[in-house]
Amino acid sequence: MNLEILGISVLWTFLFGYVLLGAIDFGAGFFNAYGILTGKQRILSKVIQRYLSPVWEVTNVFFVFFFVGIVGFFPKSAFYYGTILLVPASIAIILMVIRGSYYAFEAYGTKGHKGYAFMYGISGILIPASLAIVLAIAQGGFVSMVDGKPVLDYWELFTNPLPWSVVVLAIVAVLYISAVFLTWYANKAGDNAASELMRKYALVWALPLIIAAGGIIYELSFHNEKLFDQILDLWWMFGISALLWVGTVWLIWNRKKYGLAVWLLVGQFAFAFYAYGISHYPYLLYPYLTIHEGFTNPAMAQALVVVFILGFVLLVPSIYLLLKLILFDKNYIKGKTEKL
Amino acid sequence: MFFDDPVLSSRLLTLLTLSFHIIYATIGVGVPLMIMIAQWIGIKKNDDHYILMARRWARGFVVTVAVGVVTGTAMGLQLSLLWPNFMELAGNIIALPLFMEVFAFFFEAIFLGIYVYTWDRFEDQRKHFLLLIPVALGAAASALFITIVNSFMNSPEGFDIINGQLANANPIAAMFTASMPTKVSHVIATAFMTAAFMLASIAAFKLIKGSNHVYHKKALHLTMKIGLVFSIAAALIGDFSGKYLAEHQPEKLAAAEWHFVTEEGAPLLLYGILDENNEAQYAIKIPLALSILAHGLPNAEVTGLDQFPKEEIPPLIIHYFFDVMVTIGGLMILLALAYVIGTKRGWNFVKAKWYRWLIVLSGPLSFLAIEAGWWMAEVGRQPWILRGIMTVEEAATTSDHVGLMFVLFAILYLILGIGTVVVLRRIFKNSPVERELEQLSSQGGERQ
Ligand code: HDD
Ligand code: HEM
Ligand code: HEM
Repeated sequence: MNLEILGISVLWTFLFGYVLLGAIDFGAGFFNAYGILTGKQRILSKVIQRYLSPVWEVTNVFFVFFFVGIVGFFPKSAFYYGTILLVPASIAIILMVIRGSYYAFEAYGTKGHKGYAFMYGISGILIPASLAIVLAIAQGGFVSMVDGKPVLDYWELFTNPLPWSVVVLAIVAVLYISAVFLTWYANKAGDNAASELMRKYALVWALPLIIAAGGIIYELSFHNEKLFDQILDLWWMFGISALLWVGTVWLIWNRKKYGLAVWLLVGQFAFAFYAYGISHYPYLLYPYLTIHEGFTNPAMAQALVVVFILGFVLLVPSIYLLLKLILFDKNYIKGKTEKL
Repeated sequence: MFFDDPVLSSRLLTLLTLSFHIIYATIGVGVPLMIMIAQWIGIKKNDDHYILMARRWARGFVVTVAVGVVTGTAMGLQLSLLWPNFMELAGNIIALPLFMEVFAFFFEAIFLGIYVYTWDRFEDQRKHFLLLIPVALGAAASALFITIVNSFMNSPEGFDIINGQLANANPIAAMFTASMPTKVSHVIATAFMTAAFMLASIAAFKLIKGSNHVYHKKALHLTMKIGLVFSIAAALIGDFSGKYLAEHQPEKLAAAEWHFVTEEGAPLLLYGILDENNEAQYAIKIPLALSILAHGLPNAEVTGLDQFPKEEIPPLIIHYFFDVMVTIGGLMILLALAYVIGTKRGWNFVKAKWYRWLIVLSGPLSFLAIEAGWWMAEVGRQPWILRGIMTVEEAATTSDHVGLMFVLFAILYLILGIGTVVVLRRIFKNSPVERELEQLSSQGGERQ
């Protein structure tokens, strides 16, 4: 395997990690706000707090890893994406800053008021939406070169149905992933009321998810044919993904093995995410930038890979410790340990 | 208006984000060490006061870390958004430490998560203490790696430019550049110093406000001693930084010193203003001191601005930034020294109100010194973003909307800054030291 493929695989994997962890986080914020509005807050907020408090910074680092890594492995992407994304990415940053800091103010400080929880929930929907637009931009058609500089066509971006479908998919996926995970986490915590409520949400969002995903593939058929053909070539990966989806829904429906359901969900999104990534190959930004032209020099690539491996060796045991001592610790999960 | 100029507004937005992030980053680097020291003393002496100190500092720390994390994320993205051409070039040579930094963050974030939620978990307190080590290491490593990147911008090495193209990139050599040793050590030492004085300010403030609890006295005592050590270290390393500049970036030192003409036995100018002939007026002149700062010898020759083309001379305003930093550095040493000697000898003034007010000032002043230091270092690199290779102008984005983003971020940081203060005040108001100490001792009773 050559280094650029290795590099993009590593980055894609971390992006996948961020998508999953971020989705749980964003969705949880939304459900929390929704719960407050509908008076079900007490059922949910405890479980959500328990899960989020120790991990949100870790989740954030997955994102930082991705954008630092992509500039490292593919410096040209800084030029292209840096230039065109100023406005969309700045808006995403502002939302993330508000969300992260106010979450912390709330969790470590004292309780705020409802308006805040509402903002927190809304930003959980807007952030995935604004990040998802980048994926739509990446598959081409919205950027043109003017005097050797990339320019983003906002009008086209806002009037084309494709970005909007990607946004819808992102939001639905966030809600679905989060609901399935929290069904399980609440169940583990022995919190039946919360688990039942989340189960209901999971089932509600299951069907819209598949419809949204199918819709995008359909739209790609006339937006970017090359990408569409490559997606068709990988039909079996998307097929497996769909089967795993069926499995998750079946387990949740029958109130069986929520833990397994979560793993199937991870599998479902992994297959779809990697299949999409592979069909994007070799473009980082269609049709201007491929992973081959954009790749850094060999010396840097090797150094990055070595550091990555060393870093990984350091991180895996640490994450294991976090899961064991906190997230899945019997007393912690049930809310019996006090915080700082 | 500056808003129409992407270069100027990118500079201003970078200035804004970094000046804001550095406050939290400094706390993030410095405070873990303070918590560690307090907790260690608490365990060794079996003294609840120090344990509580560690605990309360940690409680405030998680809030500032959160703001540090989000503003850092903003900074990291903005580098690519505002300086795409620079990041493209830099990505090829200096991406390695940036990448390492992410692992340092990871490490810190994970263990901080564990540390915060495992108070009272372990029978053996020392186990909990151990969890703090990776937090402190991760924070210091973040500072190390990001400062390495900044050093590279000041003294780029580790590659060749052949026909305008980058060649022979050597990522390791790019990390260990001429400015790296002084820069990294100065940044880390000043972070420790600032964290110590910040905590000392709080303790002194409590004492002034009438709480005569021995808890605050112990806190003040501890932090002033640490502050003394690191303020001396900061000045010593700052002196080395000056020598580095004299050798490798003489234009920055000359601009900071308003040293226009190359000469031997150069005097050091403090403050003053420039008249129309570029002569310093009203300045305090210390004979030979600049030669000593630059080369360690009173008669050494110091390169002046006459050696550089006009367009490569940094803004002369950095003179004031430099003076502010050095003045504060000197004052802090005096302040801490007086405290340490004064308490040993039982001199009365260390307990006087006016003196404690001075200590209250030490925290904000240290932050001011940090800001002034960075402004001097970064503005003093003008017009270069990568010294001698790429100018700020070539590096900046061509996008039109930077001015608007500046306004949005300015509002955002204002809200965040106020939010931090409000939340921190509320946390500590709601659980005063006295009550927490009672709780701690009754818990301790149960445990035995
Ligand atoms: C509490 C903060 C603080 C204090 C008291 C000092 N410094 Fe400092 N200084 C910094 C905080 C700082 C900094 C923020 O950490 C800088 C900015 C960039 C850097 O590398 O460190 C810095 C940079 C910096 C530079 C420029 C390095 C460069 O651009 O490469 C010099 C020459 C000095 N310092 C010298 C001194 C001297 C002689 C001091 C005598 C007391 C001193 N500093 C005290
Ligand atoms: C990857 C590393 C860095 C990059 C790419 C970077 C880039 C820049 C650029 C392009 C400017 C504007 C140039 C100017 O106006 O002088 C700037 C200014 C500034 N930077 Fe850096 N910098 C880096 C590291 C740092 C660090 C670590 C700090 C410390 C917090 C810092 C503090 C500042 C400050 C305070 C300014 C304001 C100077 C001004 O008035 O413009 N920088 N930086
Ligand atoms: C160009 C300059 C800088 C950039 C791009 C930058 C980037 C970042 C990023 C992306 C984060 C968030 C990481 C996370 O998700 O956990 C962060 C946090 C942090 N940064 Fe910065 N940083 C810069 C300057 C500095 C400097 C000069 C220091 C130290 C002297 C520093 C120390 C820290 C620390 C300790 C944190 C962790 C949060 C905390 O403990 O407060 N950073 N930075």
